[in-house]
Amino acid sequence: MRKTPFIIGCLAAATLASAAQAKTLVYCSEGSPEGFDPALYTAGTTFNASSRPVYNRLAEFERGTTNVIPGLAESWSASADGLEYTFKLRPGVKFHSTSYFTPTRDFNADDVLFTFNRQRDEGHAWHKYTEGTAWEYFNGMDMPALIKDIVKVDDMTVKFVLNKPESPTVANLAMDFASIVSKEYADQLAAAGKMTDLNQAPIGTGPFQFQAYQKDAVIRYTANADYWAGKQKIDNLIFAITTDNSVRMQKLKAGECHVAPYPNPADLPELRANADLTVMEQEGLNVGYLAYNTKVAPFDNVNVRKALNMAINKQAILDAVFEGAGKAAKNPVPPTMWSYNDAIQDDPYDPVASKKMLDDAGVSGLKMKIWAMPVARPYNPNARRMAELLQADFAAVGVEAEVTSYEWGEYLKLSKDLDRDGAVLLGWTGDNGDPDNFLSVLLSCSSVGGSNRAQWCNEEFDGLVNAAKQESDQAKRTALYEQAQVVFKREAPWGTIAHSVVFMPMSNKVSGYKMDPLGSHRFDGVDIAE
Amino acid sequence: MLSFLIKRIALLIPTFLGITFIAFSFVRVLPGDPVLLMAGERGLTEERYQRLLEEFGYNRPIWQQYVEYLGDLAKGDFGNSLVTKQPVLSEFFTLFPATVELSLCAMILAVCIGIPAGIIAASKRGTFIDQSIMGTALVGYSMPIFWWGLLLIIVFSGKLGWTPVSGRISLLYYFPTPTGFMLIDSLMSGQAGAFKSAARHLILPTIVLATIPLAVIARQTRSAMLEVLGEDYVRTARAKGLSSRRVVGVHALRNAMIPVITVIGLSVGTLLAGAILTETIFSWPGIGKWMVDSISRRDYPVVQGGLLLIAAIVMIVNLLVDITYGLINPRIRHQ
Repeated sequence: MRKTPFIIGCLAAATLASAAQAKTLVYCSEGSPEGFDPALYTAGTTFNASSRPVYNRLAEFERGTTNVIPGLAESWSASADGLEYTFKLRPGVKFHSTSYFTPTRDFNADDVLFTFNRQRDEGHAWHKYTEGTAWEYFNGMDMPALIKDIVKVDDMTVKFVLNKPESPTVANLAMDFASIVSKEYADQLAAAGKMTDLNQAPIGTGPFQFQAYQKDAVIRYTANADYWAGKQKIDNLIFAITTDNSVRMQKLKAGECHVAPYPNPADLPELRANADLTVMEQEGLNVGYLAYNTKVAPFDNVNVRKALNMAINKQAILDAVFEGAGKAAKNPVPPTMWSYNDAIQDDPYDPVASKKMLDDAGVSGLKMKIWAMPVARPYNPNARRMAELLQADFAAVGVEAEVTSYEWGEYLKLSKDLDRDGAVLLGWTGDNGDPDNFLSVLLSCSSVGGSNRAQWCNEEFDGLVNAAKQESDQAKRTALYEQAQVVFKREAPWGTIAHSVVFMPMSNKVSGYKMDPLGSHRFDGVDIAE
Repeated sequence: MLSFLIKRIALLIPTFLGITFIAFSFVRVLPGDPVLLMAGERGLTEERYQRLLEEFGYNRPIWQQYVEYLGDLAKGDFGNSLVTKQPVLSEFFTLFPATVELSLCAMILAVCIGIPAGIIAASKRGTFIDQSIMGTALVGYSMPIFWWGLLLIIVFSGKLGWTPVSGRISLLYYFPTPTGFMLIDSLMSGQAGAFKSAARHLILPTIVLATIPLAVIARQTRSAMLEVLGEDYVRTARAKGLSSRRVVGVHALRNAMIPVITVIGLSVGTLLAGAILTETIFSWPGIGKWMVDSISRRDYPVVQGGLLLIAAIVMIVNLLVDITYGLINPRIRHQ
């Protein structure tokens, strides 16, 4: 890997003077990318460094929203039965010209077919191009079962044939794993016997082109002069990898970087008071929950679940666990998601009523387990602390809870067991801005024994979510999802705990930055004052 | 001397084999499954899980995996990272120069301050100076590295603005790094101010990493000096009318250095362990940070390979210490 940056460095070594003249934005990123082929990975940190700056997709998420807009496809249409999606490709789009690749043709249908076929076709020459290639996101989104075929209609038209109607299809194709890769570049690498370079020296059509990566330290990009949506206002984009939260904020304050994500909540007052900085904030597209096992008594009784939900003091959790960086959750989807049903009333915090409901349900001396995740996640920064607070809340209504935990991999595995004992703390961060990505993945009957940790299968809820999945009219889908949330609240398979609030401190010199509800950090459209 | 060398080198082989076993079993004893961690909250079906296990080769019996691993090692193949898909060896040698540069600077600082401090403390035994030096050494030895690093950053980078917060060089400099040693590469680049920037970036991490070895070396030098200063030959040297400087600096110091050199050699292990925290605080792209990330991801090949390579380095340094020790003290090599 080091060779490539050396060569690029030799060719492009910039003097201090010229670097100072160019507009350079430094982003202090929170970790190293695992690689630069986004289809191989699932981590947001990797996507921020690969798919967002370097690549495009057929459809894109509009900056700052979950709206899906045209990307490398100028337009698309769905057949009446919802089984065929035809994409008209954007003409004249150029792949990056770098020291290691010069394209001889523009983007076309071959690139689209290559991008997806390498992931879905086990016989494809690129299916196993590097050790342990699992195409985790493509498989995780169940794309192999969904896509029947991808057909090149002509050079600039591609048709996706599905096995079943699926409304979120276009949103799925705006996700990072669907980043369009150059077939011509892949062919060049294959001929040179350097296929693994696809994951180290990326070529895309995106707003920035990859320049160099010094492992665990710095990633450098330059603006793509031929970008189809126009050249970016900044000339250079630099990711300075800084893993420690406190150090990252010190770098921001010292002017060593212009944007730095994930501050410690305790640092927020000082950051806000700093006249040189702005702190943007937005609710994250996530939800943290306590999933009861609805297949095991007494949690198979909706009144017991409701009673326990009424025993939870969410405000205390928001104060102690989120330190103000959270919002109480009442629905299984976050408020930034379309179809969020704000009319729903949350279960009130009422220990007295809770105890009475438990007594009425004939439950006394209940002993249960609360599973606390061993890792911090945006939707639950400190699960152990949260579990202890829940333990105290439940004790107040006569329920004796024991906090239990496992190593993260084991936790995820064991919490799926159908006869699992107790309630599990877990959460979810949205992938594509579609409610189906929460409601179906986490609560449908087909997810029982998998990502449906409540093991909850409700025919009414499932019917609504499945109907919405096959409906292409967004207004109708919204109505179906709103009704599904009503059913969810009535049946209470989870205690909905919180949605995190994401903070993004940045220098006042930065303009045009928009916080992404999907949680990625994008620098297209961003400018910096000199 | 030759038989001494052969004996020492022969001892390395079983030690190295033992380490391969420990490294291999250590990561597998840790709870956690790399395939499950890779899938995260999304999870994966049992069928897919089994397929991935098979692809990574983790469904085979452990002993078989170990034998295959040894076979690969014999061919110089440390495997590929499960995460970056890059060869472990190439990742190690990409990052190693950064750790060596920092460790060398820290060692130089620790030796240059620790030895004189120990000598002064010994020659002023029982005085306020002795107590101050030893008190400071004790504080240094007990310092929580993470807290110490952050404190220095807040004071010297945040409040005073004297030093950069983290990294190896200002991001404005961009040049090839053929040696991986930023001080050397910045000089070779010919870019004005690059060397100064690289040196400034080294100041705080060097101080943080040097803190514990410095304290250990100062304490060891003091106690070795005190022992030697009480010897007959030192009394004889004083009786001969030699200056105190000559007695301490030449006669006593040379003999006192034997245990100090051992401590310096052993400090290499301490430095590499300290580098894990120091590199994390200062975003220093070295092997310490690399290992921490790999352990949390259960990246088996990297953890195994990294442990082996680090152990091999510590073993080689200890071998060199043994040789130096033998050169200084002929009794050792004749034992």
